Amino acid sequence: MEKENKNIPLVKTKTFINPENEKRSVTAPDGSIIEIDPIKDYFCQDRPEEYKVRSGAVEKFLNWARAESLWVLGFGTGCGSIEIPPLVTPRFDMYRYGVQMRPTPRQSNVFIISGYLSVKTLKRAIRSYEQMPSPKYIIALGSCTINGGMYWDSYNTINRLDHYMPVDVYIAGCMPRPEALLAGFAKLKELIKAGKAEKANEYVRNLDWYKANQKKIIKDWNMPDYNW
Amino acid sequence: MDYSITKFLWTLLGLFIVLNWGMLMSSTMRRIGARVSGRFGIPWYQPWIDLTKLYSLKSQVSHGAMFFLGPVFRLMGGVGIFLFLPIIYGSDHWSNYSFSGDLILILYFQFFGMLGMALGAGEGGHPHSAIGISRGLSQFTTIEVPMTLAVISLAIQYQTLSISDIVAAQQGGFTTWTLWTNPLATAAGMLSLLGAFGHSPFNLVKAPNEIPIGPPTEYHGVFLGVLRTNGAILHVAEAALFMNLFFGGATNWVELIVKTFLIYFWSVFVGTVFPRFRIEQSVRWFLKVPTIIGIIAIIIFL
Amino acid sequence: MQKIIQDIESRYSVSEKEIRRNNLCFLTIPKNQAISLVTYLRDYQGYSAFTLLTAVDWIEEGHFQLTYLLNNPTNYTEIGVRTMIERDHATMESAHHLWESMQTYQRELKEMFGIDFPGSPRVDEDFILEGWTDIPPYRRDFDTKKYAEETYFPRPGRETNDPAEYMKSKLFPND
Repeated sequence: MEKENKNIPLVKTKTFINPENEKRSVTAPDGSIIEIDPIKDYFCQDRPEEYKVRSGAVEKFLNWARAESLWVLGFGTGCGSIEIPPLVTPRFDMYRYGVQMRPTPRQSNVFIISGYLSVKTLKRAIRSYEQMPSPKYIIALGSCTINGGMYWDSYNTINRLDHYMPVDVYIAGCMPRPEALLAGFAKLKELIKAGKAEKANEYVRNLDWYKANQKKIIKDWNMPDYNW
Repeated sequence: MDYSITKFLWTLLGLFIVLNWGMLMSSTMRRIGARVSGRFGIPWYQPWIDLTKLYSLKSQVSHGAMFFLGPVFRLMGGVGIFLFLPIIYGSDHWSNYSFSGDLILILYFQFFGMLGMALGAGEGGHPHSAIGISRGLSQFTTIEVPMTLAVISLAIQYQTLSISDIVAAQQGGFTTWTLWTNPLATAAGMLSLLGAFGHSPFNLVKAPNEIPIGPPTEYHGVFLGVLRTNGAILHVAEAALFMNLFFGGATNWVELIVKTFLIYFWSVFVGTVFPRFRIEQSVRWFLKVPTIIGIIAIIIFL
Repeated sequence: MQKIIQDIESRYSVSEKEIRRNNLCFLTIPKNQAISLVTYLRDYQGYSAFTLLTAVDWIEEGHFQLTYLLNNPTNYTEIGVRTMIERDHATMESAHHLWESMQTYQRELKEMFGIDFPGSPRVDEDFILEGWTDIPPYRRDFDTKKYAEETYFPRPGRETNDPAEYMKSKLFPND
């Protein structure tokens, strides 16, 4: 796995799983030796399932309710997250559109990826995204998520977000102003009401492709394959 | 129809009205708070949309049977308070299942909801839930102290443990309310009401930016919907309880709506002015001033 | 300023000195005397505030140039102590016993350049890059553009213009 070069010292040689999460044999309190595998023992290993997309009057009403009450996860991934606090101020009040910020991924529906994603943050963002319950949407803010933006030739930031996470709405700009963010929310509401914001299902359908892309760059993957 | 079935249906109707009034009251309070800060605030129908969205989530993660039962216990606490509370005095339909000892039973139901929530949230396995629960329970235990002292003082004053009798003794005009005949017990009760409603300065447990929301951290979807439903019922039921004990009860629905709104407004009003207390500060505060007021209130009537 | 420089020149072998302003100068010292000079400045001359430690990669001459910037908070002067270390198997004495914050700078240099500081606490741990397997990225023989194009999927259709040529063609299109 490490690239050896005779004149240049190796940066580090390490296994890419934390020592506490590795498969190993430990001594139980009663003296016997048992094999444990923490990642398999403590985390659920099921694959996620697609949920059926229904249509009809009831589903239209429920989609309308989902669109009118969007709860955003309060995780500012990049420099675009400085455009989110102005939305709570009296000038661009987003509460009147039903958009609220929630602190935990279990209770939020929308994840705003604001700006560039370094490899370190991508691992945490994937972890948060997979813990969100369906139906969930992603808004990608800024030009760094579209084609790499001004960090296109960096060794540490990704260029195209939709190869790693499924994106519903892109908002272009560097940084987009809060009015552009509100326009993006309006577009997302339109998509939800029309029943077309189903990228989370697409994520589950092509899970292997997304995971292969993610594992190609996140080399110390010491978490389960799907974080429930 | 049978008398017990009609009574049951009237109680359900009362529960439904109280639920809707609770949601409308919470959105109105948030709009008032938003207008104070110069914003427009959420639309008045937002709590209904939130509940619809929560109940229609497509995938949920459960952590076992106790996790599921936590919100159910909490809802039982709220509904229990409502069931044994005579809401409208003088009307047989709306005085739900109250009997002669219901004051003590209602105090029990208040604490029961919080305990059930603690068990369920602990099952979630999130370390933040555990911290939130320990804080919430320790704060709630000290809130109950002045409230219990006020209730004991009332029981000694009116020589009864039945809420209907307490309300009956306060009829006949403005000046017979407990507010004027026993002001110390009223003061102790209203101060502990600030803690029970969970607004500033005692909202450390539920505030979203304090260890991401404490006990309800892992709850989402239907579970969170049940918790929020209970929140709506509980606010109105507690305000109605205090209205019956201290402010003369209500003889029709309009009086109930106005009085519960004003009682809830008292806690929001205090909340917008004061910052948050830490848990040890609030525990210390509750065991000082309101407790002493409550003890004096009992001694006067002995 | 001149007095201190003369004092240093009498004790250590200064191979180059660059005086930029009346309160800033850079001195180049051989590798085995650098830390003792830094200690001398801190303890005897009052340069007790540590500003930064960085490295520059001189790939044509085959060495790294480390700079320790020290600041005197009483008379607001700064002295930069420069040393040269070889590029292959680069190591340098650790100075974490002088200032605690030196650990972080040394950790960053180890990860980004590959300069080892044996004895510095936690110098082998990941600082910013997790699971990095290539050569240290701040070295000049690491082609970051090529790495980014191969590892991350660039979106086709992206155009890059040289800013000077682009502005010239916009502002003076007839030339």
